Amino acid sequence: MDATTQEVHGHRALQHHFENMEQQREAGTLGMWVFLVTELMFFGGMFLAYTLYRAKFPAAFASASNHLDITLGALNTGVLILSSFTMAMAVYFTQVGKQRPQVICLALTLLLGLTFLGVKAKEYHDKYEDSLIPGRLIPGRPFNPEVAHEGDHDPHKLHLLGNATVRQVEMFYWIYFAMTGMHALHMIIGAGLLTFLLIFSLKGRFDPEYHSPVEVIGLYWHFVDIIWIFLFPLLYLLGRHMEHV
Amino acid sequence: MSEHIVPVRIYVTIFLVLLVGTALTVLAAFVDFPWKFNTIIALTIAVTKATFVVLYFMHVRYSSRLVWVIVASALFWMAILFALTFSDYLTRGWLSVGY
Repeated sequence: MDATTQEVHGHRALQHHFENMEQQREAGTLGMWVFLVTELMFFGGMFLAYTLYRAKFPAAFASASNHLDITLGALNTGVLILSSFTMAMAVYFTQVGKQRPQVICLALTLLLGLTFLGVKAKEYHDKYEDSLIPGRLIPGRPFNPEVAHEGDHDPHKLHLLGNATVRQVEMFYWIYFAMTGMHALHMIIGAGLLTFLLIFSLKGRFDPEYHSPVEVIGLYWHFVDIIWIFLFPLLYLLGRHMEHV
Repeated sequence: MSEHIVPVRIYVTIFLVLLVGTALTVLAAFVDFPWKFNTIIALTIAVTKATFVVLYFMHVRYSSRLVWVIVASALFWMAILFALTFSDYLTRGWLSVGY
């Protein structure tokens, strides 16, 4: 192919090692999926650790889980689902070539992602106040929650069910902070990627023929949403039915 | 194969399904079901929600066979991870030899 035909047929974003935009897009999507499989393996290890320790210390896991703020957890689930929807809409508007709604959807997704992180920070701070950060991760504030006695309903104290011990509850919080922490890190990276998308979208870089970056970052964003769809019931809801027994 | 554009109507439907799923899982968590049904119900709802996200938001339903294979491989390797680990942990009490 000589230079003239390339100018006629090639999109400005087409890399020389691809035949056409279609092939380039499919290769990119496939690459992202392979990456997401490795991500699932990575989170899978933590889900496995969670399952093993929950089977070992069921009462402690229920007690520790009941101390988490279900309202904030459910709110964050809603925020993340809405952000997945706006992300899907951003991909749609790129595919049909509408730049303004595309910019708005990307900005909304970024905003919702940051809202999620803000709520998560509030939850982490609440746990810090109640001395529930495991081990000695925070200097001067080791894991040392106050245990509630019979009839004491103080929500800041730990209400132990059955034969649960404080040491076993600490195990739950190690897993809680590892899983939600890694999830939050993925959200931070996602927010960075969305900022990049937003800038390029404002510059009008994407069009129906070239929208791979929006598509693959969308895939990543939905993946992080799926991890949270599992984290929410597994971490926040597991012992609620035992609360008033 | 040209690209399939998912209509807005489907995105809105999936979004609503996900919200209803979240509400259901919270409501079900406060009911004391017998045996391990609380966990089973929570996981069933989560798997259903995740499936909708993968099929529609992530376009897998309209993607090439190659993408389907990659997604299936993820589930396959997760199954190995859990099955082999639990074949150890769950069977440890089976031989009551004194060691």
